[in-house]
Amino acid sequence: MPLLEATGLVKRYGARDALRDVSISVAEGERVAVIGPNGAGKTTLLSILAGIQEPTAGRVERPSGELGWVPQQAALYGKLTVAENLRLFARLERRADVDGAVERMLAQTGLEDRADDQVAVLSGGNRQRVNIAIGLLAEPAVLLLDEPSAALDPRQRERLWEFLLRLESDGTAVLYSTHNVQEAERHADRVLVLADGELLFEGSPKELERLVGEPGHDFEGAFVAFLQQRGH
Amino acid sequence: MGWLLLKDIQILRRSPLLLTLLVVYPIVIAVLIGFALSRGPDKPRVAFVNLVPSTQTELDLAGESIDLAEYADTLFESIEPVRIDCEGRSAEECQEEALDKVRSGDVLAALVIPEDITQRLQALQSLQAVDAPVVRVFYNAEDPVKARYVQDTIKSRAQDANVALTQKLTQVALSYLDLIVEGGSVSLPLLGGDIDVLGLERSEASLRAAQAELPPGSEAHRQLDEVIRFGQLAQENLDLSDEVLGTIGTPIKIETEVLEGGTTPLSTFAAAVAIAISLMFVTVLLAAGTLALEREENAFRRLIRGLVSPTALLAEKALLATACSTAVGMLMLCGLAVFVDLVWGRFPLWVAGVAVGSLGFAALGLAVGALAREVRAASLLAFMLALPIAFLALVPSGAVSEPLYDVIRVVSALFPFKPTLDVMDAALNDAGGMATALAHLAALTIGFGALARVGLRRFA
Repeated sequence: MPLLEATGLVKRYGARDALRDVSISVAEGERVAVIGPNGAGKTTLLSILAGIQEPTAGRVERPSGELGWVPQQAALYGKLTVAENLRLFARLERRADVDGAVERMLAQTGLEDRADDQVAVLSGGNRQRVNIAIGLLAEPAVLLLDEPSAALDPRQRERLWEFLLRLESDGTAVLYSTHNVQEAERHADRVLVLADGELLFEGSPKELERLVGEPGHDFEGAFVAFLQQRGH
Repeated sequence: MGWLLLKDIQILRRSPLLLTLLVVYPIVIAVLIGFALSRGPDKPRVAFVNLVPSTQTELDLAGESIDLAEYADTLFESIEPVRIDCEGRSAEECQEEALDKVRSGDVLAALVIPEDITQRLQALQSLQAVDAPVVRVFYNAEDPVKARYVQDTIKSRAQDANVALTQKLTQVALSYLDLIVEGGSVSLPLLGGDIDVLGLERSEASLRAAQAELPPGSEAHRQLDEVIRFGQLAQENLDLSDEVLGTIGTPIKIETEVLEGGTTPLSTFAAAVAIAISLMFVTVLLAAGTLALEREENAFRRLIRGLVSPTALLAEKALLATACSTAVGMLMLCGLAVFVDLVWGRFPLWVAGVAVGSLGFAALGLAVGALAREVRAASLLAFMLALPIAFLALVPSGAVSEPLYDVIRVVSALFPFKPTLDVMDAALNDAGGMATALAHLAALTIGFGALARVGLRRFA
């Protein structure tokens, strides 16, 4: 039983098709990566799934519980402290126990000692952790992340994934878009390949390598070869 | 919405420079404008060269002595004279010193009273064929505004002095006419003292006495009759000359009547202008900035995912900007009340005017913020919009051509500055039309609010 399901999604901006008949589903505890070249429609797909944009056609069935959304750029108030940001969004999310939710997120992100620091002075990695923590405040069944590691260095990226992988134990499904193909290979149960708004592939990384059928390719090589075979 | 408001207040508190600029800048600008409008310019310093010898300042008119220094005082009502000491110096030296002061910028102009002014005026009233005395004015015309100011001030004051002198001369002329009609004694030093004038009335009596001695129907009796009738006619017409001559000094009387607008004193109108300008800057910048900040911090998309509706977000920003600028506006009014005579009994109307005006500006600011989408762009756009709006709203009718003024009125009516100025003028000065201006502001608030709501669609 999928937690999140989208069927026949189409998004047009004037004469340009950003998404063409895209259908996907995400099950409980699953980690799904959306990969594709620039302009493939990854952010548009996640925005529609998150409810920020309306599709031109198609429908989205969201989980009955909350759906967490983590935008590519940290959506935080730089003049507020880490704790104040968490408290504000916990209140806006109408959490029953605001202080408890804030403490839990501070502990989960390992930012207890930075709770009183203004977000503006945090490193990119820590800012992204707060950004994700806000997405998790409502304890969502599905967490959507748009390029979560785009602005992070390798060490920060590693710490971020340690944090995200811990969510698996709670049964939280994670759908994320990324440019980093290795990140998809290492952490995703399933990958979705988007190009020019079209969903070209849906399956595990190994299935994509087998589909390309050219020995000697790693996953990144298989991905590039796959796109070339499909004329992208 | 309450938590968002609290968040914005926290952010403002942590931006002391921004907060200071937002409050201090408009207050400084407003106070400067207020003072500039409420206080006329100080008296310009003018070098005054009086070449008339101190013993010859009095003019003798029909035995009455007139001190010309009194008429110079009329001129000094508008200028601060810097008197050049001419004692023991030539007229050229005195004049040159005055001109040096003009060239150096120490004084705005130099006024030179010729040494023969008394003699020439004396000769004129004696009906001698001489040219009128000439008072000379020297000034720098390097600055057109200054040149115009000197021309207007000195011409206007000289005109007043001329009128005063003309009235005095007219009185003298009338006393001569009275002498001709009624007779009497007049002092004429040139003829060696007082002389007795018979006058028309006494001459008629003498003629009638002489006529009574003549036989009725005689030629001499008839001729004397004609002379008596001429004398009577002259008396009657010269009696009317009082009114005719009286109009020479002031041939045109001015009556002013206000057709539109109130009778607001300039000083309190300046207070209304100062408040309207302050409200405009504080509110528009605050509303535009705080809304654009939501997008700049990338928080907008997160907020509208069911946490806050776009309309509630706009309402929160409008409330914040209105509350802040109302506080600033009321503080300013209380401060201005120290300098300007404001009626404290109208305090509730002040609050209503400031609050509703702020709300109108907040709606404009939200539209600016929604369209600009970035804090810097929003601030720049707010400034670029606010300054010409205020400028246009202050252009008086008659200062530009009629079609252009119509365009200015329409443009001014599309923005909240003019109705806010009207509301504040009505609230402070009982100038009337407050209800209309409030309705105008309400309509603009709805209009700009709708524009902001449409603009938010581009935010996500």
